Amino acid sequence: MSGGVLNCWVRGVGLLGPGLSDWATGRELLAEPSRWVSAPTVVPAPSRLPPAERRRAGGIVKVGIAVADQACAQAGLDPRDVATVFSASTGDGANCHALCETLATPQRAVSPTRFTNSVHNAPAGYWHIATASRAPSTSLCAHDASFGAGLLEAASQCLCGQQPVLLVASDVPYPQPLQATRPLLDAMGVALLLDTVPGDAPLLRLRIEPGDAAPEGCGHAGLEALRRGIPAARALPLLQRMARGLAQPCVLEVLDGLSLAVTVEPA
Amino acid sequence: MTPLPITDYTAASALGVGREATLSTLRAGRGGLSAQHFETAALETWIGQVEGLDGAPLPAELAEWACRNNRLAWLGLQADGFAQSVARAARRWGSRRVGLFLGTSTSAILETELAYRHRDPETGALPSSFRYEQTHSTASVAAFARRALGLEGPAFVVSTACSSSAKVFANAQRLIALGLIDAAVVGGVDSLCLTTLYGFNSLELLSREPCRPWDAERRGLSIGEAGAFALLERESDAPAAWLLGCGESSDGYHMSSPHPEGLGAIAAMRGALAQAGLRPEGVDYVNLHGTATSNNDAAEDAAVRAVFGTGLPCSSTKGATGHTLGAAGALEAVICMLALRHGFMPGGLNRLSPDPALQCNYLDANREAALSVVASNSFGFGGSNACLLLGAAR
Repeated sequence: MSGGVLNCWVRGVGLLGPGLSDWATGRELLAEPSRWVSAPTVVPAPSRLPPAERRRAGGIVKVGIAVADQACAQAGLDPRDVATVFSASTGDGANCHALCETLATPQRAVSPTRFTNSVHNAPAGYWHIATASRAPSTSLCAHDASFGAGLLEAASQCLCGQQPVLLVASDVPYPQPLQATRPLLDAMGVALLLDTVPGDAPLLRLRIEPGDAAPEGCGHAGLEALRRGIPAARALPLLQRMARGLAQPCVLEVLDGLSLAVTVEPA
Repeated sequence: MTPLPITDYTAASALGVGREATLSTLRAGRGGLSAQHFETAALETWIGQVEGLDGAPLPAELAEWACRNNRLAWLGLQADGFAQSVARAARRWGSRRVGLFLGTSTSAILETELAYRHRDPETGALPSSFRYEQTHSTASVAAFARRALGLEGPAFVVSTACSSSAKVFANAQRLIALGLIDAAVVGGVDSLCLTTLYGFNSLELLSREPCRPWDAERRGLSIGEAGAFALLERESDAPAAWLLGCGESSDGYHMSSPHPEGLGAIAAMRGALAQAGLRPEGVDYVNLHGTATSNNDAAEDAAVRAVFGTGLPCSSTKGATGHTLGAAGALEAVICMLALRHGFMPGGLNRLSPDPALQCNYLDANREAALSVVASNSFGFGGSNACLLLGAAR
């Protein structure tokens, strides 16, 4: 294995965010940001979920499923066989708020569904139920650097296991009063289906290398506000490169003093 | 996979702080559970609480990270000179080449629970003393530990409920194998809070007495807290133990109930064996997930039988520690490494009437035996399964 550089194919992409309804239309807007208009994120209903789970699923589950579905469809892969990495800066904010409110009342009558949904890996759990998948899955977070951490983990699973891995990064804002202490602009999801082989319709290759260069911005005020305002949107500089097919490295934030240089190599 | 040296490990739990206290409590066949008097919780149950956490201060430069979860992490990192071992590894490999991957399920949610009791009556705002990033954020304990240890490599928190801190061993193994890092601190930290006490109570999974894994009369789990850590390095002249394999799988079945035949658990155990290149008969003991809920123990019994048959000695140590949730995988890995080092299999506590429906070779008392390879199971909500295979130093 070459010293600390990860090379893998991107076979599918999913995108959902403010003014970005999916990757097919979003890539056009990211390639030409003057056409992008900010608008509240519209989260589609998770039709893939069985009815009982659909009723119980919170916002972060729905965002994750929406972008995961896009990426799997584009790759033409059966999600049942695909390992997953879910990355989010936190869990379901509305659910967390409701639990904390309940625990502050004298009765503390916690709802069992709320408690079950409070786990950080709820999106992964619902996705694997929806796809009847027993493939490995992990769920992680690194505060604002959650996308970069997820990309590192997904690429390393892909290369170590020589298997496709679906990365799903998603964030959903808290209601007040938590929103005031952790303001997120809106809900957003990004999915990348990584593989060691190009597949029938390869999109591009990624070359991922940890480094210490400063993370870069979006070069567009509105998109840059998104990048700074939602952890999953830290993927935007990479998505912009992918949308334009530019073979230039971009630097993504990972942690204090640590970044990822990701180079897009068009197929 | 190539066996990976584990060069140091430690734990702080209801069994005590450090290897010696943990070992002697296990050797004595004692447990660390006590009747619940945590915070303002009004529930009849038993818990595995770490003593002295409330009054344990952090160094001034880390004071803004103060919360029960990070104090527990600090206590664990200081035990047995573990932080000094990490410093030695950072000198050897470079602090940018040492990763840090920790599991937690609830982070410092206790701080948020308390803040919600003190909201501004006019605006509903949380008190200004509330620090989101340093306490509530699920990544808090990794950011805190990275600062406390002076590490500069990749770091994140894995939060897959009760399998979290088993899975971090696999994260470290992968990044070391790919050459991105040369060493990693892995572990788990989860601390008592009202969310888990009242949450498991709402699911009717909280035992009113000390939990009784594999017992016919088992009535649910006892919640515990722990901080447990291990140091993995690419090479070592004096390993304390070996990481031989990590198996991971999903149930894809239900958010809070295991697959009844344990199909996901079977996949995790077989995955670990395949990665280690071992046959089932190469394993000497299984530390069960063994939460003492009716469904979990039944599903795990079926899974262990399917993989290992009914002869292999196994036990759950949760009757001694309580279920430490996101820290359970790392705590039980530490218990397994103590078992390997000192040649004994810890017996399960509190089993008064064996469940005839469960057919694994469950140990009720400690058994002395030279051990070469042990397995540790960890399963969580969302159908997240992990199995670690650990080997003796030799």
